[in-house]
Amino acid sequence: MRAALFAAFVMLASPALAVEPGEILADPVLEERARDLSKGLRCLVCRNESIDESSAELARELRVLVRERLVAGDTDAQVIDFLVARYGEYVLLNPTTGGSNMILWIAPLVLLLLGGTVAVVAITRQRAPGETLNAAEEAQLKALMDDESKG
Amino acid sequence: MIVELGHFALIVAFAVAIVQTLVPLIGAWKGWSGWMAVASPAATAQVALVAFSFAALTYAFVTSDFSLQLVVLNSHTDKPMLYKVSGVWGNHEGSLLLWVLILALFGAAAAWFGGQLPATLKARVLAVQASVGVAFYAFILFTSNPFTRLEVPPFNGEDLNPLLQDPGLAFHPPFLYLGYVGLSMAFSFAVAALLEGKVDAAWGRWVRPWTLAAWLFLTVGIALGSWWAYYELGWGGFWFWDPVENASFMPWLIAAALLHSAIVVEKREALKAWTILLAILAFGFSLIGTFIVRSGVLTSVHAFANDPERGVFILMILGFFTGGALLLYAVRAPVMQAKGVFGVVSRESALVANNLLLAVSCFVVFIGTIWPLVAELAFDRTLSVGPPFFDAAFTPFVIALAAILPLGSILPWKRGRAAALRNLIPVAILALAVTGLVWAMQTGNSLGGPLGAGLGVWLVAGALVDLATRTGRGRWSERLGRVTRLPGADWGKALAHGGLGITIFGVAALTAWQQEEIAVLDIGDTLTLGRYEVVLNDVTRVQGPNYFATRADLTAYEDGSELGHLFPEKRIYPVAQMPTTEAGIDSGITRDVYAVIGDAQTGGGWAVRVYIKPFANWIWGGAIIMALGGVVSLTDRRYRVAAGARRQRLDGVPAE
Repeated sequence: MRAALFAAFVMLASPALAVEPGEILADPVLEERARDLSKGLRCLVCRNESIDESSAELARELRVLVRERLVAGDTDAQVIDFLVARYGEYVLLNPTTGGSNMILWIAPLVLLLLGGTVAVVAITRQRAPGETLNAAEEAQLKALMDDESKG
Repeated sequence: MIVELGHFALIVAFAVAIVQTLVPLIGAWKGWSGWMAVASPAATAQVALVAFSFAALTYAFVTSDFSLQLVVLNSHTDKPMLYKVSGVWGNHEGSLLLWVLILALFGAAAAWFGGQLPATLKARVLAVQASVGVAFYAFILFTSNPFTRLEVPPFNGEDLNPLLQDPGLAFHPPFLYLGYVGLSMAFSFAVAALLEGKVDAAWGRWVRPWTLAAWLFLTVGIALGSWWAYYELGWGGFWFWDPVENASFMPWLIAAALLHSAIVVEKREALKAWTILLAILAFGFSLIGTFIVRSGVLTSVHAFANDPERGVFILMILGFFTGGALLLYAVRAPVMQAKGVFGVVSRESALVANNLLLAVSCFVVFIGTIWPLVAELAFDRTLSVGPPFFDAAFTPFVIALAAILPLGSILPWKRGRAAALRNLIPVAILALAVTGLVWAMQTGNSLGGPLGAGLGVWLVAGALVDLATRTGRGRWSERLGRVTRLPGADWGKALAHGGLGITIFGVAALTAWQQEEIAVLDIGDTLTLGRYEVVLNDVTRVQGPNYFATRADLTAYEDGSELGHLFPEKRIYPVAQMPTTEAGIDSGITRDVYAVIGDAQTGGGWAVRVYIKPFANWIWGGAIIMALGGVVSLTDRRYRVAAGARRQRLDGVPAE
């Protein structure tokens, strides 16, 4: 316990690297999966950092937790579900596509299609001023023509 | 005393800006030339007053005048001189003073160099510019006064945030603000044009250099910020999709779109209404950026709720100017009629596609940035939108943009034929070959690396072919001579497009092929990472002017030959109570060796982390080349020739 306290004190006094040498799993395949998962999980007390990048104490705990679950045989999806159940979807840096988040993912696509349609229609339908006459010009032309024919 | 004079000058500038808004506007409306003429001297007076005010604040920082609250909160006598000066804008109040200084500077520049502008347009541009100033002077004076004195001055200050004490970040805000605020010129021209009810080629020719200047400053500012994050934050990331970063990226994207559409207005008198809209949006996003950064609303909704005064004020400014301009746009835009018509296959069409992609990619950044706020307020969901979303949603737009860029830039105006693209066939073959080759050579099977390399070649070689076709026909020696005499705009275009290719390649390569190793090293131990070895020689304690550091002495080897020593540091700033990391980097053309020192381990030894960052410098190198393209384009003689031609005609009327 005292050793743990001391370790915590050292961590608080001087946050250092993100992933610490001691945390790394012996199995390189599991470690690779842990790193990939960590990059998509938010350090909850940080400003826009993943737990893979953060040197905060909480991020370290989460990294260790992810590795514990992986060693216990969880799939990636199970690890994520476990963390979401514990911390809410705030922990996910990659927002889900469920529910209202549909808007987030779809809106740019809709805008692109809409803008593309408007642009195509506008380009194919454009007409330069002067190529056609407006009503006043038609009348003027008619008057001129009438003058010609009379004269 | 000087400080009070600075405060007073700011109040006078506020009053001058009010006059500069109202009098020329009424003058232009009634056609009173005397009233319109007020604008120019007022703009000059404004910049002189704000410059004095800014100088007064700088003086207080340089002399460590701790009777000033702002100096106490952001400075310290031990701080190096560079950071005493950069401390002026390293805080909310001072950065806003810099904001209005640059705003006034752009306004005055329009007054000084706007001799050829029609009188009413000039009066209206300066009035709109001043009205933005009025809002921000009021914001500073009523909510964020930098000149607040303390009754009992302390003996020393609380130091500047140590992360900001860095040469890269010292000059990052001024460049960024030159860009943000520079877009106010495009905005003022757009609103003035809506008031005039007229947009023509001359208008396009006027707006483009201002937008180009703003865009190139933004480019440099963003590149500086990214470079700083790379070496300062300790793991070599270069872009985090942080709200504050996005705040600067959105105006950059819209400004890039505006630059291209303004060309269509200038050359072909088409896309007028769209260009006006982009000009309004570009500055709108600058204001949104200011709101995001200054209100703190996106870092934490609660921080905003605790101190809503400033946030609400900026939101009102944002609503008034963007909303007002858009309303004016809705009423007047139908007046803007296009003169030039163009076919489906033409440069105009390609530029429309460019604009569409840039605008929607900006929307991706925008919706991703504000979505956490929307989800919390509207759907009661607390969620994060991080790099995985932006990478997935933004990258396709970059690929599409890069794919159509060389095609569009080589197509002729008005009505092109696909035959014009013949010259690009060898470039396409080369790009595909490079993609395949890189795919075959790389270890691992990432798609991004080969794709980035292919797009990089496509853009750079495409830009070269574009230059070559501009030289026309004839013997190579003649064409070589002609290429040096091409107008600045052509060179600028080639540089900017090639620079984009280099940046895309750098980003893709670094993301795809980065390597990393973490180990505990005792003195004398070696860390091996592929072809590289790093030996820990020593760890010492070092004292800086205002910090203590743990400094490691590492020797890096590549294939057994020595590259040199790296000195990563871990610093503690005792006054600010903050640690920072300083990476030790061996910069190279094809890769950086990037080392960070961690904690002393309880079992002995030190945690050391080493990265190999392939082609890292190409990211910022490409950005600098892009900005250089902007500079070269600005030197184009045609901007000045057009100005001169007007004068000649005025002088040259023969007396009969």
